[in-house]
Amino acid sequence: MSLPRQVSALMRFELRDELRAGEVGLIVLPFAAVALLIIPMAVGIDTPLLARIGPGIYWSIVLLFGIVVTQRQSAVANPAARDMLRLLAVDPAARFAASALASTMLLLAFEIAAGGITLLLYDPTLQSWWWLVVLLPLTAAGLAMIGTIAGNIASGLETRSSLVPLMVAPVAVPVLLGAAQATEGLRVGSGILRWVLLLAIVDTVLAVAGVLTARPLEESAS
Amino acid sequence: MTPTSNVSLRAVAVRRTGSLVLRNVDLDIGPGTAVAVFGPNGSGKTTLLRVLATLLRPSQGHGEVLGATLGTAAVEGVRRRIGLVGHEPALYPNLTLGENLELAATLLGGAGRAAAADVLDRVGLAAAADRRASRSSNGMRRRVEFARMMLIRPDLLLLDEAHVGLDPAAWRLVGHLVDDVTARNGSALIVAHEQDRVRPLVTRAVELVDGTVREVVA
Repeated sequence: MSLPRQVSALMRFELRDELRAGEVGLIVLPFAAVALLIIPMAVGIDTPLLARIGPGIYWSIVLLFGIVVTQRQSAVANPAARDMLRLLAVDPAARFAASALASTMLLLAFEIAAGGITLLLYDPTLQSWWWLVVLLPLTAAGLAMIGTIAGNIASGLETRSSLVPLMVAPVAVPVLLGAAQATEGLRVGSGILRWVLLLAIVDTVLAVAGVLTARPLEESAS
Repeated sequence: MTPTSNVSLRAVAVRRTGSLVLRNVDLDIGPGTAVAVFGPNGSGKTTLLRVLATLLRPSQGHGEVLGATLGTAAVEGVRRRIGLVGHEPALYPNLTLGENLELAATLLGGAGRAAAADVLDRVGLAAAADRRASRSSNGMRRRVEFARMMLIRPDLLLLDEAHVGLDPAAWRLVGHLVDDVTARNGSALIVAHEQDRVRPLVTRAVELVDGTVREVVA
């Protein structure tokens, strides 16, 4: 079976598993909404301040809760299921790509939903909204790949649940920086191309790293 | 490896977190042979099966499985010919029983849904195809694992206490699986505690004690 077909099949079933579990929609998103709500409650009715800090708060929430999205149950196959996929000769690169793509789609949906809540609570003003069509998928893909690689590194470790966020947070700094600076550029009307390029370059590096490390990480996890 | 062996281990040792789980294991399993592996808890039975499934590299010694040398890239070429049913069911909990098999059938390159429906029927679960794995009984999940073995049709079948808690009908499925593999000149290894129950299925028995293999004389 070709690699693209393996990716397609795995992604399809992983997304189906997640949609049934509802982990992202029913657990992660409500908690993210509460987190977004806490800041305006603390700041009070200072509309200009909320509009200014809104994008930064939004991207911080996307990073913190995005880690949870990438480590959801459907992405972290139990050891027996992992063994089954190895014995079915599924290419480790296909597993990485499928998991990262599924996470990207879920993170994108999460970003859109959390973005709607941010608009309601913070009312940020951007000079151009169209750039978000590029920014949101690039950021989602970056976080998804970082989370997937970190999950593969920590696979089989008892300390996985605490180790993954510790690994993801520092590595995600360029992604968060690019997304936050680009959004700030959209807010004040300055150029954002270099930040979009940074995101694209980071995503490309992550994709190459994820594919190249997939097999050695899978073999070492046993 | 003797030319007629499906499995050959020579002085194989496996070290896990500093201690030897398997030590100096010699084992040959020829075509058409079913072997039972007995032994107390913690004796290394599951580790032995994981080595034979090519999922775990030996720390020392030499081993070949279906002609591929363990610890080399050649094992990737034989993995599809190995069927492993372990302690824990290898199922996605929120997929249905049918979808779990459909995924395996699709990854095997077959007609996913039709093949899944066929083997589900053969293990007596046609009516439960739409039931989620997480909401199915242990026995039903085990049957799905056996159905997956029917899809794979392995040349080396490894069962790690897969028969625990099975009803008589499901137990007969284990017998059919072992018979099918050995009839095709494959080999089967059954890890078990209940010697009386497993003995009728196998041609040979070995015992693992403190990480070493001893032949059991009937």
